[in-house]
Amino acid sequence: MTRLIVGPFNRVEGDLEVTLDVQDGRVAAAHVNSPLFRGFEQILLGKDPRDALVFVPRICGICSVSQSAAAARALGDAMGLVPPPNGELAANLILANENLADHFTHFYLFFMADFARDAYAGRPWFDAARARFKAVEGAATADALPARAAFLQILGILAGKWPHSLTLQPGGSARGLGASEKIRVHALLRQFRGWLERQLFGDSLEAIAALDSIAALEAWKATRAPAASDFRLFLEIADALALDRLGRATDRFLSYGNYPLAGSPLFARGVWHAPSATLAPVAHTDVAEDASHAWMADPHALHPWQGDTRVDIERAGAYSWCKAPRLNGEVAECGALARQVVDGHPLIRELVAASGGNVANRVIARLLEFARVVPAMENWIRAIEPGEAFCHQGPMPDEAQGVGLVEAARGALGHWLVIRQGRIANYQVVAPTTWNFSPRDAAGTPGALEQALVGTPVGEGEAVPLAVQHVVRAFDPCMVCTVH
Amino acid sequence: MNLLWLQSGGCGGCTMSLLCHDSHDLVAMLRDAGINLLWHPALSEQTGAETVALLDACARGDTPVDLLCIEGAMLRGPQGTGRFHMLAGTGRPMIAWVKDLAARARYTLAIGSCAAWGGITAGGMNPAEACGLQYDGETRGGLLGADYRSVAGWPVINVAGCPTHPAWVVETLLGLTLGELDPDGLDALGRPRFYADHLVHHGCSRNEFYEFKASAEKASDLGCLMENLGCMGTQAHADCNVRPWNGGGSCITGGYACIACTEPGFEEPGHPFATTPKVAGIPTGLPSDMPKAWFVALAALSKSATPKRVRDNARVDHPVVAPALRKARPK
Ligand code: SF4
Ligand code: SF4
Repeated sequence: MTRLIVGPFNRVEGDLEVTLDVQDGRVAAAHVNSPLFRGFEQILLGKDPRDALVFVPRICGICSVSQSAAAARALGDAMGLVPPPNGELAANLILANENLADHFTHFYLFFMADFARDAYAGRPWFDAARARFKAVEGAATADALPARAAFLQILGILAGKWPHSLTLQPGGSARGLGASEKIRVHALLRQFRGWLERQLFGDSLEAIAALDSIAALEAWKATRAPAASDFRLFLEIADALALDRLGRATDRFLSYGNYPLAGSPLFARGVWHAPSATLAPVAHTDVAEDASHAWMADPHALHPWQGDTRVDIERAGAYSWCKAPRLNGEVAECGALARQVVDGHPLIRELVAASGGNVANRVIARLLEFARVVPAMENWIRAIEPGEAFCHQGPMPDEAQGVGLVEAARGALGHWLVIRQGRIANYQVVAPTTWNFSPRDAAGTPGALEQALVGTPVGEGEAVPLAVQHVVRAFDPCMVCTVH
Repeated sequence: MNLLWLQSGGCGGCTMSLLCHDSHDLVAMLRDAGINLLWHPALSEQTGAETVALLDACARGDTPVDLLCIEGAMLRGPQGTGRFHMLAGTGRPMIAWVKDLAARARYTLAIGSCAAWGGITAGGMNPAEACGLQYDGETRGGLLGADYRSVAGWPVINVAGCPTHPAWVVETLLGLTLGELDPDGLDALGRPRFYADHLVHHGCSRNEFYEFKASAEKASDLGCLMENLGCMGTQAHADCNVRPWNGGGSCITGGYACIACTEPGFEEPGHPFATTPKVAGIPTGLPSDMPKAWFVALAALSKSATPKRVRDNARVDHPVVAPALRKARPK
């Protein structure tokens, strides 16, 4: 058995260290360490509850708006405030803009660059991958950065700037929109759609969203040259490297559901158990965070309203700043794959039934979301009614608690808030990567990535095994959120 | 010039902001200016051991570091050990790496308010003992000390902002490579003056409401945000309403107050962010360079002279009265 410590892990958001025990050329056990602690849950104690809107976006520069949305909902829950229809539409647009920009950044900057590494030289697809995705030098960096920046101009209009906006409020959006803003946002959306259809898919978004089975996906692939589009090239590489057999975790998928509209979300909430192919409901009370392997003073599993973030750097057995969230005591995976399998997209249900959660399926589900969400955004901006209210107001109670559950790009994000005497008495955040990159719990059960890494091949003399990098990055981890 | 970029006790948002730069090809633009990206956490290929070898070479002085960009606060805790951020794969606190690298760097840049002052990470009770590279809040010192000078003899260049504006970073980097920025181009807090010699108030789209003290009362109102909703744009050093964000926005156009995110200590204003502290109805945070008596007199006068259009539009989320059409051409 040899031990490999891999870090710093870049092209993930934040810092990450993975310790691998390797036996017979495969990972036998993995320990995931989130090495950065800032203490937002302590920083917020004693503050005016509305100040959370300033602090929590700054937990994370890549999911800043998701953190704002969760805080706005937790505050709204505590205040008994529901946004008006315009406020709901604007909030959906703002969150969707960030979520898709994150998917975009992940694919073009973080994930695909690993297939352009010299270690893959000689593979039939390598020249195409290198020309397009080589880190810093590839054509995609030059192409994708301006497309991303242009897409995020929507947030310049809707939210003043990105990251770190205060536009999302408990009662809706602080930015009233008129016809001019509607036109400009619509035009930017159409421009982004055009880019995606040309470069990413080589097909219309509707055609991609309509791929409803593995057979349909295979047929789509068969009629296109390997480098016809970025998605097509990914499918080529995924087949060649058998990415559908890499990085399988628990096959229990959690989604809080996303983009509410008049009470019914675009994507459903629930937990999908793949082995039994069953969907179960999720309540926020099903969540507890266990700190048995984190540098925390209180090791017990606690519901976030009781959560405790006092640290203890000397704790025996601890190896991460990350607590271990569990759903009714079980490990769960979240992210685009979870969101789409819970929502019941037929292709994703079939892929998960065939091969579970793995590198290929996680990426396919992420890309599918472009095809499903951009058309929804086009509808939302059209549905905005200038002149109608965007934001409801209400008093802040002195004693209350609230919860805000949203889907960030990377999955299930929850904020739990307790207000006492008009001040924040507790504020707990359980972020998507807290779920996916959790350490072991009191029963010794490893977290989702820790499970996913077991069995991953490690080549002779590979100091930073490539397959390990694919598994890690396929989750699109956000380490600054993980611990916060 | 070799550029090395490291992140510590921040959110990565300054990098995400930088990637929103409106050039057609940001990486090519830096390359064209002679900047060679040694390593950047979001962009570079090398990971793990490959990165550690590179950092070792930089710390030894074998690989020159011309531009050392640090994003995120320096975490000294717990109890000065720096263990709140051990750089992955190295078993060493990030603050130790930064000290070593800063001793070699030709220029050291604090990217964002975390790296400059401690920033949001130093909020509340400052659990991580966060500070900036050369400041601890408003106090000179920080991780590197008040007397620190980079190899070129400069103090830390504080490209402050939370996040910092993409063009503030790019202009600073290009200014250094072109020789267009010199130490006089930094203000007393080490911020590049090309943006820090402005106030957020300059070019604000709500200026007419400000002139007449026609004030917003609640989130989504169009009026001036200074009197009630905590806006510090008349005191905050930045050009946010002259140099737009994300194609055309700013905090103010987004419907919320400037919280002075470029200033040391902005994370603890001493009052709830979205509320203006007042004594006897007069905001305690007066516009920079303005005596209180003037402000009071001007406010009283302008309130009494507020046109109906401005007053009515201040308290709604879309204009309800349009500027009157004149019979004659405007003169
Ligand atoms: S200055 Fe603000 S945006 Fe930049 S890293 Fe710190 S918290 Fe994030
Ligand atoms: S307007 Fe104020 S708070 Fe907003 S980015 Fe500029 S300086 Fe920071």
